[in-house]
Amino acid sequence: MSDLHLKTLTEIAAGLEAGEFTSLEVTESLLDRIDSSDDTLNAFITVTGEQARATAVAADAARAAGKAGPLNGLPLVHKDIFCTRDVLTTCGSRMLENFVSPYDATVVERLNAAGVVTLGKTNMDEFAMGSSNETSFFGNVRNPWDIERTPGGSSGGSAAAVAARLAPAATGTDTGGSIRQPAALTGTVGLKPTYGRVSRYGMIAFASSLDQAGVITRSAEDAALLLGTMAGFDERDSTCIDHPVPDYSAALQQSLDGLRVGIVRQHFDAGLDDQTGKAVREALAVLESQGAVLSEVDLPNIGLSVPTYYVVAPAECSSNLSRFDGVRFGHRANDASDLFDLYCRSRGEGFGDEVKRRIMTGTYVLSAGYYDAYYLKAQQVRQLIADDFRQAFADVDVIAGPTAPTPAFKLGDKTDDPITMYLNDIYTIGANLAGLPGISTPCGMVDGLPVGLHLVGPHWGEETLLRCAHQYQAATDWHTRCPEAFR
Amino acid sequence: MSAAWEVVIGLEIHTQLATRSKIFSGAATAYGAEPNTQACLVDLGYPGVLPVLNREVVRMACKFGLAVNAQIAERSVFARKNYFYPDLPKGYQISQYELPIVGAGELMIKDDNGNEKRIGITRAHLEEDAGKSIHEGFAASSGIDLNRAGTPLLEIVSEPDMRSAGEAVAYMRKIHSIVRYLGISDGNMQEGSFRCDANVSVRPRGQDELGTRTELKNLNSFRFVEKAINYEIERQIDLIEDGGEVVQETRLYDSDKDETRSMRSKEEANDYRYFPDPDLLPVVIEPAFIEQVRSELPELPAAKQQRFVDEYGIRNDDADILTVSRALADYYEAAVGAGKSGAQVVANWVIGDLSAALNRDGLEIDSSKVSAVHLAGLLDRISDNTISGKIAKEVFDAMWSGEGTADEVIAARGLKQITDTSAIEAIVDDVIAANPSQVAEYKAGKDKLIGYFVGQVMQKTGGKANPGQVNQVLKSKLGQ
Repeated sequence: MSDLHLKTLTEIAAGLEAGEFTSLEVTESLLDRIDSSDDTLNAFITVTGEQARATAVAADAARAAGKAGPLNGLPLVHKDIFCTRDVLTTCGSRMLENFVSPYDATVVERLNAAGVVTLGKTNMDEFAMGSSNETSFFGNVRNPWDIERTPGGSSGGSAAAVAARLAPAATGTDTGGSIRQPAALTGTVGLKPTYGRVSRYGMIAFASSLDQAGVITRSAEDAALLLGTMAGFDERDSTCIDHPVPDYSAALQQSLDGLRVGIVRQHFDAGLDDQTGKAVREALAVLESQGAVLSEVDLPNIGLSVPTYYVVAPAECSSNLSRFDGVRFGHRANDASDLFDLYCRSRGEGFGDEVKRRIMTGTYVLSAGYYDAYYLKAQQVRQLIADDFRQAFADVDVIAGPTAPTPAFKLGDKTDDPITMYLNDIYTIGANLAGLPGISTPCGMVDGLPVGLHLVGPHWGEETLLRCAHQYQAATDWHTRCPEAFR
Repeated sequence: MSAAWEVVIGLEIHTQLATRSKIFSGAATAYGAEPNTQACLVDLGYPGVLPVLNREVVRMACKFGLAVNAQIAERSVFARKNYFYPDLPKGYQISQYELPIVGAGELMIKDDNGNEKRIGITRAHLEEDAGKSIHEGFAASSGIDLNRAGTPLLEIVSEPDMRSAGEAVAYMRKIHSIVRYLGISDGNMQEGSFRCDANVSVRPRGQDELGTRTELKNLNSFRFVEKAINYEIERQIDLIEDGGEVVQETRLYDSDKDETRSMRSKEEANDYRYFPDPDLLPVVIEPAFIEQVRSELPELPAAKQQRFVDEYGIRNDDADILTVSRALADYYEAAVGAGKSGAQVVANWVIGDLSAALNRDGLEIDSSKVSAVHLAGLLDRISDNTISGKIAKEVFDAMWSGEGTADEVIAARGLKQITDTSAIEAIVDDVIAANPSQVAEYKAGKDKLIGYFVGQVMQKTGGKANPGQVNQVLKSKLGQ
């Protein structure tokens, strides 16, 4: 059974159900893969082999006892932003280098209750701030398609692990594109649900009004399988909405006949790489051939999404990260001379450059005298962008376009230029600002590197997005491509 | 204080709301637990945790708003107040800023001359308390106790409508009385459940423009509020009259030295970078909820005071005192209802002997050693002439010491009044026989001596003779 690692989550579920192999066998196989490949990729911060084996054994026993639910014994990995009880939870930062969480995030708790086997915690940009995984205190993650390149970020470890077949699925979080962009850059499927669909409790906050948990998988089918368990009301998160959770898998088979797909005029501009644009247009043609009706939509204010985001997100992060003060947990500087020194040095040593940049930006835009000009203005623009989407969704069911402007770029290419780096999320940020669901699915290759098709839906439009991606995947094989070195 | 100066005072009162659990977590709020035993992960500000609003605090804030005739905001917003301090676990306090839950309201107080005066309430907002830094008992470090972190507070901000320390105290007492009536706070000032910051300034009488104010922080007793404000008024007037200027700053009152001193100036003040807390939804209050809360409101001090005057016919000032706390008012009404004495007699006793005994022992009315029913029983023995008012004080003290009901004490101590005319006549005869010269003087017209004879008889009876009866018998025996 040397090809267990090549199976998708759905295939593993079927195999377990049919008794072809056990959860422990799949777990061992993947732990071996991680062991042999992760030195190259650096996708993991923590591998939880021992716990994984124990959970797999328990899952196999549950199955033998006839108590296996649909996710029982399925392996996956968590982005290291989710708190996992008794396991290191670093958020990619020196600040939490030694932080062992005393509790499980709601997402983790729900998946655990469903019997999943957690293989480990994946690398990420520090506190999810980055688009290339280069801001991690634990070193950058490499893209399995070309190890000189970035896997994207901030959920880069999750995306690389899934792309390299070290895990069939991973959780991720998306504040401005942190699930969808790395999915696009690694040829995986990345789903960011509607804001409020999945509980944020236990997910270390970057920008509370934008953060949303989701998944990175190898198919829309797999994403649907996981989302059903992760989604739903949680009384511990006031922003989690009590909205019914449908059977996401049930809707996948419906055809695209008559599906109204909007193409954003502004998304095919000068910033888009030609070859990437071509691949996306070809994907749109496939959707059309499947019965979708294409039309152009206008998002007049979408061009303001990056600057808006880079006011709102830093503002929230500057406050969210204040709790890391060296007093109760996390990094504490030695021999502080007084309280102020303790704060300055603990935070100075514990945080990396990008995090500091955003804390400073956020502190600035919230300061007396600047609040109205920056934070308040940004919130107003955010409302305009959300209104643009609302109007667009009066005419279309889905908005389609590129996920990222280019395929994976070289490590180190953009680290000196934050603005260019920020522009990598130009197509994804709008969905976060408007709280909308989005999915990226592989739609082509450019010079041996994957390209992603980005689909955005109205609030609670996950079913439509998953169905659209699934039907597209049924007609294409981009999502099945595996990097040569990791077959 | 110089008559040339007008004092302007506004208060910010922090009232701890009497919920069982904290404002944003399920941890208990009980006072006095071992350090850090009543702080859950949310209170500790752990990575990933989120606040969830306690519904009860919304109800309590609404109660207060309605009690002071204020607008209840249909939509209010929690905001983050950002600053670093070790006892502030998240590095921000969740408070309300631009959109508080309670808007403008008002309250009537008595000014220093006893006249009714309206004090405007600007707003009242909900917020979480911080923890406590403990500096004693640690060598080169400080301890942090986060039990108090996340305790719900209602901050009540007044208009700068008070013109003396006396008015400030009167206002603070009124608010204290209201929150306790409403049952939304225990008002315990020693434990910090009720404390205030006072903004104080002075200006030449007749000037419209306000003087520069200072803020006196964390005053936790009525006495300290009065003393701190008076000290501060003197300080500011002296400063200005000596050609100086008041600096806008925060000052701390030192009760040991009875003085205020500078804590930080305006320049050193934090920029709190308030912004709406993205972890919490706006609080939306439906009119039906407000009506429901309104229907649950108890009778408030002002209404009760008026009713006491109308219904019981007691003195206005007495009604004021009796309605300061709901428990005292309830005690009074129970005592009136349980006995046959007049309502004013009951009022005199509750305000007099009973309050004195409570104060002496440092007790609240709820833990009075003489119950309302037993007090009524005692007063009934006065009105039915079993004992005199004077003996009643002795009986009361015995009851307070746990010797039983009035009847039990009277029986055990043999304090029943002597009303047997022949017994009184015998004693009167003895007194007349023993004081021939006084009798002569009396008969010669020195009427005042009747008091002397009454005193003698009372002394011989150990105070138990009915004074009216004694008087009568004496007068008839002495031939008047």
